[in-house]
Amino acid sequence: MFEILKRTEMADGTVVLNEISAPLIAEKAKPGQFVILKANETGERIPLTMAETDPKKGTITIIYQVVGKSTALFKSLHVGERFQDVIGPLGQPTHIEKVGTVVCVGGGTGIAVMHPITRALKEIGNRVIAIIGARTKDLLILEDKMRAASTELHVCTDDGSYGHHGFVTDVLKEVLEKEDVKLAVGIGPVPMMKFVSKMTAEYKVRTLVSLNAIMVDGTGMCGCCRVSVGGKTQFACVDGPEFDAHEVDFDELTQRLEAYKEEEAAAQEKYRCECQAG
Amino acid sequence: MAEKGAKKEKIPRQPMPEQKPEVRRRNFDEVPFGLSAELAVKEAERCLQCKKPTCMQGCPVAIDIPAFIAHIQAGEFTKAIRKIWERNALPAVCGRVCPQEIQCEGLCVLGKKDAPVAIGNLERFVADHEREHGKGELPPKGKPSGKRVAVIGSGPSGLTVAGDLILKGHEVTVFEAFHKPGGVLVYGIPEFRLPKDIVYSEVNFLERLGAKLECNTVVGRTVSLDELFDQGFDAIFIGVGAGLPRFLNVPGENLIGIYSANEYLTRANLMKAYLFPEYDTPIAKGKDVAVFGAGNVAMDSARTAMRLGADRVRIVYRRSRDEMPARAAEIHHAEEEGIEFYFLTAPTRFLGNEKGRVKGMECLKMQLGEPDDSGRRRPVPIEGSKFKLECDLAVIAVGAGPNPLLIKSTDGLALNTRGYVIADPETGKTTKKGVWAGGDIVTGSATVILAMGAGRKASDSMHDYLTLGW
Repeated sequence: MFEILKRTEMADGTVVLNEISAPLIAEKAKPGQFVILKANETGERIPLTMAETDPKKGTITIIYQVVGKSTALFKSLHVGERFQDVIGPLGQPTHIEKVGTVVCVGGGTGIAVMHPITRALKEIGNRVIAIIGARTKDLLILEDKMRAASTELHVCTDDGSYGHHGFVTDVLKEVLEKEDVKLAVGIGPVPMMKFVSKMTAEYKVRTLVSLNAIMVDGTGMCGCCRVSVGGKTQFACVDGPEFDAHEVDFDELTQRLEAYKEEEAAAQEKYRCECQAG
Repeated sequence: MAEKGAKKEKIPRQPMPEQKPEVRRRNFDEVPFGLSAELAVKEAERCLQCKKPTCMQGCPVAIDIPAFIAHIQAGEFTKAIRKIWERNALPAVCGRVCPQEIQCEGLCVLGKKDAPVAIGNLERFVADHEREHGKGELPPKGKPSGKRVAVIGSGPSGLTVAGDLILKGHEVTVFEAFHKPGGVLVYGIPEFRLPKDIVYSEVNFLERLGAKLECNTVVGRTVSLDELFDQGFDAIFIGVGAGLPRFLNVPGENLIGIYSANEYLTRANLMKAYLFPEYDTPIAKGKDVAVFGAGNVAMDSARTAMRLGADRVRIVYRRSRDEMPARAAEIHHAEEEGIEFYFLTAPTRFLGNEKGRVKGMECLKMQLGEPDDSGRRRPVPIEGSKFKLECDLAVIAVGAGPNPLLIKSTDGLALNTRGYVIADPETGKTTKKGVWAGGDIVTGSATVILAMGAGRKASDSMHDYLTLGW
């Protein structure tokens, strides 16, 4: 179990796609749910929302940005090698309903998480306007898939190297101005979700965001992933990962994501040295 | 005979050799070293072999205590472990973590005038001796029944049910949500109190008996309880523990550096964060640590913080020393290691720095009022007693509730008003046909041995069901 069947590097090697054999999870998983992966005996448990599942093949697909030691370790695994542990599906699935016009805003690897949600929202009969963005053209992922999954796709790059020159929120504003949007979904880096939320709040459009809090067990057992939503503490792993964006305390989430910044830097430095030595 | 009895009483209780407090407070090695064979035999000789042994009445799984001790007296350690195995599949665990002082040893007749027989240390000795020197022989198994049992959760109650039913000839599969088996024995109880290799060895014993183990399986998510019946399981035991951390619900509790005891201990124990960066999971290493609560989990958290290099560790408790729920031995060990106690103190808010990290708390002094539902005197705030305590790490160890993940996703399973599974106290039967439950998911947070006792009752009832019917 948990053998890597396919491995693709994207966005200049900063993002990696793994298709993993996990039949039990593939059979159950729904858009918006996540798995926890552990590479080896000494590894850390890392939560990642699934980008794709194929119940027939018995596979799940994850797409992750290489940001620290654990994701660097994931990246080092080749086709035919295995993750030692994969647990899931975890979290509440996205509530997919027909509401009319929906706007899906994805940034960075959040686009990978957004893809199955976008597709499901369209399949149920919504008009889905997707807006995806990246820092620069080379870092943009899944453009073709997002085009196929949505009714209308807008692409933005911060540096103007491709598509609209600017942030996803610029395009979002235009869409909110001229369309009767009933629901917005924002998935990406926390600052992006925060600004998407701020903007949709101005237009009073219900908005969902998927929160990537730090987790350990992913089953509501430890409370590591607590987030403040509407002034109440919720666990991202079992109450989420999706929440009403207008109620989320993004500043607290930003701070909590920095909890192990020093340890992460030290671990990564050690890993880099070991890799060079080996 | 009279002369022999008189001679026996003269042997004092043999003290357990252990690491010195000033050494052990900075390492994660087990605190007691264990009895030597010589010391064990000497201690066993203190047992009077009572005709009506009161000690057994105190054992939730009814181990034949005088019989196993008699085997130790005779130097027959393998026979001693076999005697224990008849009633208990986890002796190396129980010998270490049972509250013997309120169970078997609490009822030992020697204890009336002298120290009771060190039953727990003897149980530990024979289990360790078998693990280290035994031939790996297995107890005899019953004839295959052709029945299949699913056990959900591999903590103390689940492992007990698995051990009992596999010996009675049923096919047993244990499902565990974590990547390693053992439940609270592995994620909760620290290495220095219960080395994880010992838990894995006890689990391995069950696997050698033929029990199947499926880790990484979150029943309620990966597979539902009803789907397990569809897969052909004839009976199911739910022993998922009380896996929902309680917080204090005071402002500032989401600051960085404030952990639930579940998270703190899971990082340290299951994920081996104390070995970071050899192991990848990090844990905050506080210099000035406050632990809230005064149960065994609070003691484990405080002692873990000390081992992770704290300069000062304080237990902050809103009642007084007399109401502390922790075992006396655990409190004693904590004090020896330099843990300080702040009684009659309740935090009202946490204070953070500009980076969102905890730097202290505001507290109120309390006084004890009338007894509450638990029979303990209720703490009442003293007006105008607000004061500040500094800390750079806080661990909340004020208990756990029922984790709803499995039980709320299962039709037909009745829960009580507090959210725990309703199960018959004598049989463990739930309101759903073919489903039993036991341990903390029924009673709320309790001890390892009480969960094992519940597992024993359930396994007896499950065996009846599998052979006779519901």
